[in-house]
Amino acid sequence: MNRGSRVALHLVSILVGATIVVPIVFGVLGGFKDNGQLFTNPFGLPDPWLPGNYLDILGSGAFWRQAGNSLGIAIATTVLVVGIGAMAAYIFARYAFPGRELLFTTFAIGLMFPFAVAILPLFVLLRELGLLGNPLGVILPQVAFGLPVTIVILRGFFRGIPPEVEESATLDGAGPVRFFWRILLPMSRPALGTVSVLAVVGSWNNYLLPLIVFNDSRWWTLPLGVQQFQSQYSADTARILAYVTLAMLPALLCYAFAERQLVSGLTSGIGKG
Amino acid sequence: MIIVERRPAVIVRPHRRRRRRPWPTIALFLAPALALFALLVLAPIVVAAYASFFEWNGFGVPTQFVGIDNFRRLLADEVFAGDLRRTLLLVGLSIGVQLPVSLALAMLLNQPLRGRRAYRMVFFAPYVLSEVVTAVLFTMIFSPNQGLANHVTKLIGLGDLGATWLADTDTVIYSLFLVISWKYFGFHTLLYLAARQSIPHELHDAAATDGASAWQAFRHITLPLLGPTIRISVFLSVLGTVQLFDMVWVLTGGGPIRSSETLAVTMFQEGFKRFHVGYASAISMAIFLISLVFGLLYQRFVLRRDLEGAVTTMGGHR
Repeated sequence: MNRGSRVALHLVSILVGATIVVPIVFGVLGGFKDNGQLFTNPFGLPDPWLPGNYLDILGSGAFWRQAGNSLGIAIATTVLVVGIGAMAAYIFARYAFPGRELLFTTFAIGLMFPFAVAILPLFVLLRELGLLGNPLGVILPQVAFGLPVTIVILRGFFRGIPPEVEESATLDGAGPVRFFWRILLPMSRPALGTVSVLAVVGSWNNYLLPLIVFNDSRWWTLPLGVQQFQSQYSADTARILAYVTLAMLPALLCYAFAERQLVSGLTSGIGKG
Repeated sequence: MIIVERRPAVIVRPHRRRRRRPWPTIALFLAPALALFALLVLAPIVVAAYASFFEWNGFGVPTQFVGIDNFRRLLADEVFAGDLRRTLLLVGLSIGVQLPVSLALAMLLNQPLRGRRAYRMVFFAPYVLSEVVTAVLFTMIFSPNQGLANHVTKLIGLGDLGATWLADTDTVIYSLFLVISWKYFGFHTLLYLAARQSIPHELHDAAATDGASAWQAFRHITLPLLGPTIRISVFLSVLGTVQLFDMVWVLTGGGPIRSSETLAVTMFQEGFKRFHVGYASAISMAIFLISLVFGLLYQRFVLRRDLEGAVTTMGGHR
């Protein structure tokens, strides 16, 4: 490639990179400004730096409770959906029985079911079950809606494991439960990683379900907290930017540390042409 | 989301006959998944279908059967027609603008470029942010006085052009599209990049030897081989747009004057704000049918040649 096109290449990449980064940096720096500074000096560094907004939020307790709720719900969802999904995927991959394909297809079509379609009756159902205001009211539906993608990915992976492995385990006296737990799951770490990432991201970012399930702010997750904070302080842009920044931080940090796994996880399942 | 299942490297022979009692195992392993899926995914959709034939406020058992009145009303509803128009517009913009830009960018990032890894990381970063956080951030960016957007347009000499962003019925949908693109184009770029990098070198080497220009190589080698990935990304993009809720709800609430309202937002308004649960259920069914019909037709006619064992191949015992 010649020099001219290399420079052009860099310019385009930098320009696109900037459109991504600038809004985030605006948020981070904006949290250190006050509203006057935001108005007169939208681009520059804060002058002076005002950490008050960040310190207030970090000292308030509400933020930490929301982050904790988000984390707890994400972990519970992931453990359940991966565990239950793996069990089902094992059967779909390894056992022949009448109706298997029909059943699997039902799960697979579930990939196209949006939360939004089921949310009204789900709300009524959760109310009848007494699960409104209960984290299980968020966790269990998230698990149920996460099953299709988990099962489809894991079944594909389980099928690739040679049947000889299972045969020799059986000859050594391992029953199906033992084989599943001691051999299949440890062999499937990459695929389990992929579906876990999908489950964590999905749960961490979920909004509609927590919105209808949690009336009591005690249980609010970060997305609910951010939105509530925005309507509460609607006139105080700087303060909202500080809250948004703090809410972005866990996801961005997690991404920075696990970028490779996360990206390969997301792209391996989807559309490898 | 749809998953392309690749043909397994090893053919699995279902010789389970030697196992004496497979049924208890099957039942034990499938029961939790079946129970949850049936109770929390299938049942609500069946209930929504049922409720769409009633006038119902969501409390007690629906009793006031109205037949297909809700659907008749839906088809005559200006709001619903507007939702469909906006969905089509957003789908068109995604396919016509967002995805080609993603593709161009993926081709760029495939070139030897210093800091390529860093660019890749940056482009994908918004994808990990929640739609709500993204929407709140951009509400601030579009804010008339302190927001970044107006400062930028002033800076590049377009002062009056984008002054209103979310407040103007003409611009709000395009502002919404900007935010969606900001969040999702990196995801599509990465899909394309992964596919581009799985194309064997030899093909492009041979084309270069034969004297093909960069454009010719792209047109006749890269593009056809990216075909399956592009078709998947179009699929994800369309389904995502049809089901759009979080971003719109937080960014605009559907306003001003419903000019950015989507199907799911209308459903939420009717169901959770006005307690017209029967009518809202009819909207749910519309979203469901549009997704399902699009999904099945797309798989049948577009994805079919790409996929071994697409998610909806029925009865293909393999």
